[in-house]
Amino acid sequence: MQKLQTNNMTKFMGLIVLTMILLSCQSEKKATVQYQCPMHCEGEKSYSDPGICPVCKMDLVRTDETQLAAEERDVSDVSIFNLSSKWKTQNGNSIELKDLRGNVLVMVMIYTSCKSACPRLVYDIRDIHDKVADPSVKYVFVSIDPETDTPERLKKYARDNQMDGPQWFFLQGSLEDVRVFANVLAVKYKKIDPQVFSHSSIISVFDKNGVLSYQREGLGENTDQTVREIQKLIVRD
Amino acid sequence: MVSMSGLSLGQDDMKMIGAGSYLPLYGSDTDEVFVPAFYLDVYPVTNQEFLAFVKANPAWRKSKILGLFADGSYLNTWLNDTTLAVEMDPNAPVTNVSWFAAKEYCDCQEKRLPGMDEWEYAAMASEIQANAQTDSVFNQRIVSSYETPKTYSQPVGSTYRNYWGIYDMHGLIWEWTFDFSSVLISGESRKDGQTDRNLFCAAGAVSASNLMDYAAFMRYAFRGSIKANYGIRNLGFRCAKTANK
Repeated sequence: MQKLQTNNMTKFMGLIVLTMILLSCQSEKKATVQYQCPMHCEGEKSYSDPGICPVCKMDLVRTDETQLAAEERDVSDVSIFNLSSKWKTQNGNSIELKDLRGNVLVMVMIYTSCKSACPRLVYDIRDIHDKVADPSVKYVFVSIDPETDTPERLKKYARDNQMDGPQWFFLQGSLEDVRVFANVLAVKYKKIDPQVFSHSSIISVFDKNGVLSYQREGLGENTDQTVREIQKLIVRD
Repeated sequence: MVSMSGLSLGQDDMKMIGAGSYLPLYGSDTDEVFVPAFYLDVYPVTNQEFLAFVKANPAWRKSKILGLFADGSYLNTWLNDTTLAVEMDPNAPVTNVSWFAAKEYCDCQEKRLPGMDEWEYAAMASEIQANAQTDSVFNQRIVSSYETPKTYSQPVGSTYRNYWGIYDMHGLIWEWTFDFSSVLISGESRKDGQTDRNLFCAAGAVSASNLMDYAAFMRYAFRGSIKANYGIRNLGFRCAKTANK
């Protein structure tokens, strides 16, 4: 008897866990969503499933639609602040990209053991930083080698490159989130062996709302154009 | 309760691809790549299946999807958010889907997009051989299928069943892979299209190890030229799943 109960309990717990997994794609919204006729044919009557109004036959709309729209209005649909991925900074803090909102962002994808293109990219970023000379601009380095580049390692890299301060962010994410982020930036990379990655050398500039505004591709290009683009964005809301 | 085991496994529509090594067209020069065993969908994801997905997940309907995740060609042949065009076969593979949408679809099935090595490894199997890379007839057939127009409008399962029991790896559509953007075959597409060695750290890594495989060359070139927000008429996907150790 005792055994049977335990067994049932295990099954029950299993079912709960499974249910949670299955609903995960529709997230927490599922529980509260209700539908209404947009013409309010039946007053405030609402339905739990989408369908058509039995009176005027129009498609029912979600009651939270207007509220949702208001919440989303201030984030552009091409903004990187729509990404919900979580990152660790060189100081071990957890952040989401939207925490950087309100700042012009200069982003680049590197890895700390990189011997060839990365030092050049870092040099260019510092050059841009010095020419822009505005503390409101944030410089974000995203590691394409998050298995190696721990916050501690990123911290050391930041220090070694005199880039440790409130303007500088060195981010470690999951392998999956790094690939998603690279795909948003159209940055390509491939692990060649444990120490070597091959990757695009692209500097991306985002406006204060997280919208990609300018990209500089390749090395050995002049930084002046990038500096001008950043300066334009600083004065814009 | 009865359906629990079936649901949690979810592999009825998948086949196990046995572990093995293969020589990719690009990668660590001449090194063979080991591919651990994994599960792969028997068929590409169909219009009908993707329709069910967007019905359940309104954020991925074509009027709702974030511009960050898809360009204007996302599901652009559909009549509206939740209706296929009349001439579309519900059992044909879904195409005009971005990488982000394909990834979300697989995540929602508790699956994932196959890695490029996994996809290539499974795709080198003919009807009778796990590795048909040197079978000139098999490779010629693949190349011919690339030259056949509008194969994407045919239902899934209408081409061959390979050694592993997987259908349509070649002949209907091209497919997204998780790490398609690891192909560094040329400069950024907005530039001149020539390999710009300055663009890539360790740029010398790009070297074809099996130029005989012209079909594979075309696939890698294609992957190297696309972006994750693109929707393309002959580009669909299928999902994979890691095999339990």
